[in-house]
Amino acid sequence: MKSLNLKSKLLILCITGVFITGCQSGSGEIIEDSTTIDSVDQSQLDGFDVSIDSVDSALTALENSTNGSAIALDDQSMSESVQAMVDNPSSAISSRVIYFQFDSAKVSEDSLSILEAHGNFIASNGNVSVRLEGHSDERGSREYNIALADRRAQSVRRILLFEGASSNQLETVSYGEEQPTVSSHTEDSWSLNRRVELVYQVN
Amino acid sequence: MNRLSKVLILLPLLVLLFSPLNAALTIEITEGTEGALPIAVVPFDTSKLTFELSADIAQIVANDLNRSGVLTVLSRQSLPATPYYSQQVKYPLWRSAQQDYLVVGRVLEKSEGQYEIQFQLLDVLKKKQLIGYSLQTDKRKLRASAHEISDLIYQEITGIRGAFNTRIAYIRAQRNKGRKYILQVADTDGFNTQTVLESDEPLMSPSWSPDGESLAYVSFENRRPEIFIQHLSTAKRNKISGFKGINSAPSWSPDGKFLALVLSKDGGPDIYLMNIETKRLTRLTRHRGIDTEPVWSGNGQSIIFTSDRGGSPQIYEVAATGGKPRRITFEGRYNTAASVSPDGKFIALVYGEAGQYKIAQLERETGNLTLLTDSNLDESPSFSPNGKMVLYASTRGNNSVLYAVSVDGRGKHKLSDQTGDIREPVWGPYKLKQ
Repeated sequence: MKSLNLKSKLLILCITGVFITGCQSGSGEIIEDSTTIDSVDQSQLDGFDVSIDSVDSALTALENSTNGSAIALDDQSMSESVQAMVDNPSSAISSRVIYFQFDSAKVSEDSLSILEAHGNFIASNGNVSVRLEGHSDERGSREYNIALADRRAQSVRRILLFEGASSNQLETVSYGEEQPTVSSHTEDSWSLNRRVELVYQVN
Repeated sequence: MNRLSKVLILLPLLVLLFSPLNAALTIEITEGTEGALPIAVVPFDTSKLTFELSADIAQIVANDLNRSGVLTVLSRQSLPATPYYSQQVKYPLWRSAQQDYLVVGRVLEKSEGQYEIQFQLLDVLKKKQLIGYSLQTDKRKLRASAHEISDLIYQEITGIRGAFNTRIAYIRAQRNKGRKYILQVADTDGFNTQTVLESDEPLMSPSWSPDGESLAYVSFENRRPEIFIQHLSTAKRNKISGFKGINSAPSWSPDGKFLALVLSKDGGPDIYLMNIETKRLTRLTRHRGIDTEPVWSGNGQSIIFTSDRGGSPQIYEVAATGGKPRRITFEGRYNTAASVSPDGKFIALVYGEAGQYKIAQLERETGNLTLLTDSNLDESPSFSPNGKMVLYASTRGNNSVLYAVSVDGRGKHKLSDQTGDIREPVWGPYKLKQ
């Protein structure tokens, strides 16, 4: 699963010509050296070799992620395709952060539709689990904010359960104000920091 | 789990044994002390020593006394003379310099690295000695001895026990090169900084054991909040609470046997008491709202905590044996983070209004709320063990820094620092008499 993740990224990178040197084997090993791009010549491209298997499975995964339904093959390719869906930046579950009003754990209507997509996806993929990380802005006391951010994570959890996710797929944790996205002390930063992050894991 | 994987898991976390470092917070007096009593502290005689001392005793004492808000110390440049013994003092000289009190002293070498500090506190008006002491010390304890001298002087003049020779704990967060959270303790003047624990994940809510030997705190080292207790001199640490959900806000009971804490394992965050030895839990509150930040009343009979059960966060009190909580703050829509004065008569708290958060003091008997600070992002008030100062964190610019304000609002000073955010200060107890 992890290796396909790398491979599919690798494939995309190869197609766009960014990581030519990294594509010389099908093992999924990435050589992180983008400085070689300028020196790429045709002979290197001729030596370009990606194993057919990894291309195929990556393509399947990409295909699955566009039509949104996972095709049950064997267990491994199933989790591979789910992983691809999770990794796809344009999928229905690509929004992973839910924002909140000050001192509130109420999920906005806009966020509801986002969570509906997450709930459906989690419900139809039993091998997915999600960590709901609650956060607050810096105002007020730190311990109160731990409780407040926990309440936000619980709100999100309830909606996901309502949409069909099972409780053993969901874990909540509250960071309070300890891990802000933005550290400046403005209304704009605070609104970005009051959030629940959905962190996916494919088992 | 085998031993190796335990070791590997502990790697991102660095537990440190106490070893004195030179790194220090620096103190800056930010507000004048109107009405404070004038005192002069003459540099102590060190001329008979073989080596220069690593600490300027008189300067440490002068800084301590200045920070109290009760005394104002004459600057060194303005000293009219430099006597070392009471016999050398010409009182009219100090009277015309408008001083009420005068401190003189000297440091003698007993053997290598072993010293005797002698000092006298003189009353300029009455032209007589108030107290005179001789302290045995060694080169590693010079700063502590200086703070002890400050305590003796403060007590003689005010009748109140001094709290200079105590320690504070706080969390330092560093943002450069990835986030780092550091639990530290320091002397009350910000010097003698010692790191207790370093982690890549958040550390929060330090609480002193009543004997000053251990700290309880919250660590996210396992990617969720859990409560640990760590003995300072041995660095031995134990996870004491790792239930599902929130484990936070530990607070040590005055008798050292219980920890008040917040758990959400049975629903919303509620207050529990844990017997530290048996780990047995007693649930104190049961409400679907937020209950958090428990602290003990001075006599250990009740728990003061924050709850939003009434619609907005306010301070409540519940008997340590359980029962119905009683609301005790009524002014304003946001009152949190209580710290109880040692005599139980006052509660320092964070008072929020119109998006501003200030430190305020509630008088229990009258219910009067007095603002102690006038900035807009203040948090985590903590009383000194003599109840005369409140330590707190304040966000200024991009960083949070520590301040202490005297409870009469007369003196305020900043413990500033070069690196990172400093937050959640807690003032430790008096040191036990050896």
